[in-house]
Amino acid sequence: MLEKALIGSKKYYGLVTLLLIIIGAGFYFYLRQLSYGLGITGMSRDVSWGLYITQFTFLVGVAASAVMVVLPYYLHNYKIFGKITILGEFLAVASVAMCLTFIIADLGQPARAFNVLLYPTPTSILFWDMVVLNGYLLLNIVIGWTVLASERKSVPPPAWVKPLIYLSIPWAVSIHTVTAFIYAGIPGRGFWLTAIMAPRFLASAFASGPALLILMCFIVRRFTRFDPGKEAIQSLAKIVAYAVAVSVFFVLLEIFTVFYSQIPEHMHHFEYLFFGMEGHEKLVPWIWTSAILAILSLILLINPVTRRKEGILAMTCVAVFASLWIEKGLGLVITGFIPSPLGRVFEYSPTGPEVIITLGIWAMGFLILTILYKIAVTVKEEIST
Amino acid sequence: MKTDRRGFLKIGGLGILGFAARPLVDVLLRGDLVEASPAPDTLAGKRWAMAVNVSKCKEGCRDCIVACHSVHNVPDLGNPKDEVKWIWTESYKKIFPEQEQEFDARGGKPVVVLCNHCDNPPCVRVCPTKATFKRSDGIVMMDYHRCIGCRFCMAACPYGSRSLNWRDPRPFIKKINPEFPTRTRGVVEKCDFCVERLAKGLIPACVEACKEKALVFGNLKESGAEIREILRANHTIRRRPWLGTGPQIYYIV
Repeated sequence: MLEKALIGSKKYYGLVTLLLIIIGAGFYFYLRQLSYGLGITGMSRDVSWGLYITQFTFLVGVAASAVMVVLPYYLHNYKIFGKITILGEFLAVASVAMCLTFIIADLGQPARAFNVLLYPTPTSILFWDMVVLNGYLLLNIVIGWTVLASERKSVPPPAWVKPLIYLSIPWAVSIHTVTAFIYAGIPGRGFWLTAIMAPRFLASAFASGPALLILMCFIVRRFTRFDPGKEAIQSLAKIVAYAVAVSVFFVLLEIFTVFYSQIPEHMHHFEYLFFGMEGHEKLVPWIWTSAILAILSLILLINPVTRRKEGILAMTCVAVFASLWIEKGLGLVITGFIPSPLGRVFEYSPTGPEVIITLGIWAMGFLILTILYKIAVTVKEEIST
Repeated sequence: MKTDRRGFLKIGGLGILGFAARPLVDVLLRGDLVEASPAPDTLAGKRWAMAVNVSKCKEGCRDCIVACHSVHNVPDLGNPKDEVKWIWTESYKKIFPEQEQEFDARGGKPVVVLCNHCDNPPCVRVCPTKATFKRSDGIVMMDYHRCIGCRFCMAACPYGSRSLNWRDPRPFIKKINPEFPTRTRGVVEKCDFCVERLAKGLIPACVEACKEKALVFGNLKESGAEIREILRANHTIRRRPWLGTGPQIYYIV
């Protein structure tokens, strides 16, 4: 089926070229980072994780796009999702590929990355994250590819793929949970030391993943002859509505606990995030933007009139995605480091090279996504004609 | 037996998967790692710790810092972003915020801080490669050749004791001490309780450099040790002990 990615329209080649150019730019600056060191980024002794790890954390969430269509389709026989399971799975593949690349980009000594395999350390959550992320990547490639190949031949998928599909559902839960444990298991960082971290990750993932999937469905319908179906998109929109609601609720729970209990070690981080501290307030406009977008999208998603209008729904999904990108991407990781364990407020902002490397990795993800979607959509078009 | 391309690829793929699965199987099947057997009189029955007598510490004095940083080739990068440090001072109220009260004269007093060589170190727990590890004498050490620079340990340390080499540190070392390795970019480093000096029977460089005798270093398992007497006779506090880390730097304030 891979040959389908080689033949396409001018627009397709144009998109692929554009993505390749961005990847090239990112790669150039990555080579500079390799020779200079991570000091080329805005990260510091105090804020030792930055844009790369925030993107990794956020994109683990986007990978939930798969389970939110696979679960209703395979466990509840919700036929409407049958057409788009492949879109969900391939979006997950692209997301997890980005996650893994962001981790490599973040390493000070990337040439030694395989030390994680040579000296496996089960006490380290990072070790388990490597296991679950690679597993989820493999599961979705194998499942997506096999089911699509059978569909192309108009035969039912082979029996061995069923257990893998069922396994992929709890496995999806594991990637969010284990990623949350990276943060929630650290004793000295009050911002992260909360048992609700994993549920928060799941809720925001079930919102951001399907939101992007809806946007992808719109794009596929606009530019190809494959129609994912109005009803499938509306069902996804309901999932996003519930997930955003739960996600906002969980954040409010955190806010209540820290501001009512007033325990400084937990409260200071939230103060910095929402109001700034000692005159440092770089994240303040971001987090309020995120909050406003979340509330706005909640209103537009809950109201059936606005949810059913596809133009508004598309805008709402952009808002959900942006809101959670800020909340989980910027807010959750960086705020954990500010103030530092020594009470210092040292702010972080990414540098130019860091931003270009980040864009390069996003472009790589979208290139994977473009190629996989091209294959999937071409197969679907062939079947329908 | 006829092998077609498809079959060959299948077997090949399975073979590669097998290789990838091996380390996981290894670690699940293996029991405890074999401990390196300590030579008599070097490691056995030791627990190194340090007491800091804050009142003896002279304000403005940097002797311990200079001694440590020059012995260990710690670079001076000259900016707080890329900073590497093993031992330094922070104000009393910043390192003991729970003790702070308005009228305490010590609030702004600089206090020496360094790695706490915890009994239960979170940095060791989170390291994905065992590049940071705890020796049986309590010293938490770094293997600069194994560290992948993921900085999980920096996030996990509740004391801010760890530094990454954000760039090549060598041009920023004033005078290289050939007795101690320099580091490369992209690895984490921190105080090692002068493990290389202890092996020669010397006390840590910072303790030796302190003219005021504000720093006392010793073996907690040795019954007559000076540090044992100090911990017995004085009220001492430690940094954030409620986190369960078991810090081994004791402060007399």
